[in-house]
Amino acid sequence: MFIQLTDWSPVFLSLRTALIAVVVVTILGLPLSRLMARREFPGKDLLESAITLPMVLPPSVIGYGLLILIGKNGLLGKVLSEMGITIIFTWWAAALASTVVAFPLMYQSAKAAFKSVDISLEKAARTLGAGEVRIFFTITLPLAWPGILAGLVLSFARALGEFGATLMVAGNIPGQTQTIPVAIFFAVDAGDNDTARTLVTIVTIFSFLVIFWVNRWAKRQNY
Amino acid sequence: MLEASFRKKLWHFTLEIKIKSDNQIVVLWGPSGSGKTTVLHCLAGLFNPSSGSIRINDRIIYSSEQNINVPTRFRNIGYLFQDYALFPHMTVKENVLYGLKSRSGNNALSAQEPMELLNFFGVGHLVNRYPRQLSGGEKQRVALARALVVRPELLLLDEPFSALDKRTRISLRHELKNLHRRWQIPFILVTHDEEEAEFLGDEIISLEKGKSKKINLLRTTRS
Repeated sequence: MFIQLTDWSPVFLSLRTALIAVVVVTILGLPLSRLMARREFPGKDLLESAITLPMVLPPSVIGYGLLILIGKNGLLGKVLSEMGITIIFTWWAAALASTVVAFPLMYQSAKAAFKSVDISLEKAARTLGAGEVRIFFTITLPLAWPGILAGLVLSFARALGEFGATLMVAGNIPGQTQTIPVAIFFAVDAGDNDTARTLVTIVTIFSFLVIFWVNRWAKRQNY
Repeated sequence: MLEASFRKKLWHFTLEIKIKSDNQIVVLWGPSGSGKTTVLHCLAGLFNPSSGSIRINDRIIYSSEQNINVPTRFRNIGYLFQDYALFPHMTVKENVLYGLKSRSGNNALSAQEPMELLNFFGVGHLVNRYPRQLSGGEKQRVALARALVVRPELLLLDEPFSALDKRTRISLRHELKNLHRRWQIPFILVTHDEEEAEFLGDEIISLEKGKSKKINLLRTTRS
């Protein structure tokens, strides 16, 4: 049998962290990318570079940065632990690592999508009496939607695949923080080929479907 | 009735203009880059003038002295954009109804009047089409219907014929004159075509970048 998995918890854990990451990335990414697509302000290039940085940084650097932030004696970690909250080495840390690496993908797709919306359509809506909120939901968002959807899917796939930073901040606790990529690494390490092969197959098929579907979508979006 | 007098500092020069129209067609004529579209944008509230005042009938919609600047959506000005700016993801009907939905309380009109208007423009049979399925002339008629269905007190037209072939252009010129007679509101029309300016304009204002970096105001009134 090809699919042989005694413990499915890495799959569910990965799905859960990736979903949380996508929700956060969407809530933060959409307003920010909309703002950056239409406004010019001093320091915009600097801010933009900072937002995109996690895409090119080594995962271990992101992991190190997150340790500084949420580690036991970290900037945020200290404050949180005084309140009785621990993030480090829980699945929340895995979700946080996924969020950080997935954010640039969402941001870039959404920004390109918002930029592609003809600004005169928004102006026309304004002259027809529409307020900014209505314009966003009836004109900008529907027209930018294909690009935003691509961003959602890509960031979900990226969040699902996060390994390096996740290992550093969430560790490898089976059933608690062991996501699919981490599980694969340790399965190979322990010589458990059945588990490794099954997980690899699942991730590969899923990722292929995602990319295939995004490419199909990109082809079809023409008004 | 429109009475406008304002200045707008631009990159290369300062635009200065005075327009007065009791329900006539005023043509703004000049080469590209002379600030014609900027004048329309200022009237519609899409740009802010540097100083001056704009009054429609008894309503002051902009005054730098009195610190009045009515937002675009409350100005009640129709705007026909150069490329028509029809919403590509909406049918002809949805495009035309868009402005009515912005104005609450106007819903009683929404059943009959838009259809009448579309029939008047000869595009009543196209209500379920999307903009990409329309010819240039049809697009223009739909855009006109969309701009007029909210009963604006002033209609701005930015190069309304530039996207059309010569034959369509000439027949639509006549239509526009008839429309103006029927509608009885001031039209401000921007064009770089001299013949068009003379045919349509009850009054022609020529805009040109002077060497003094100011706009020369030239007025010829047709009999």
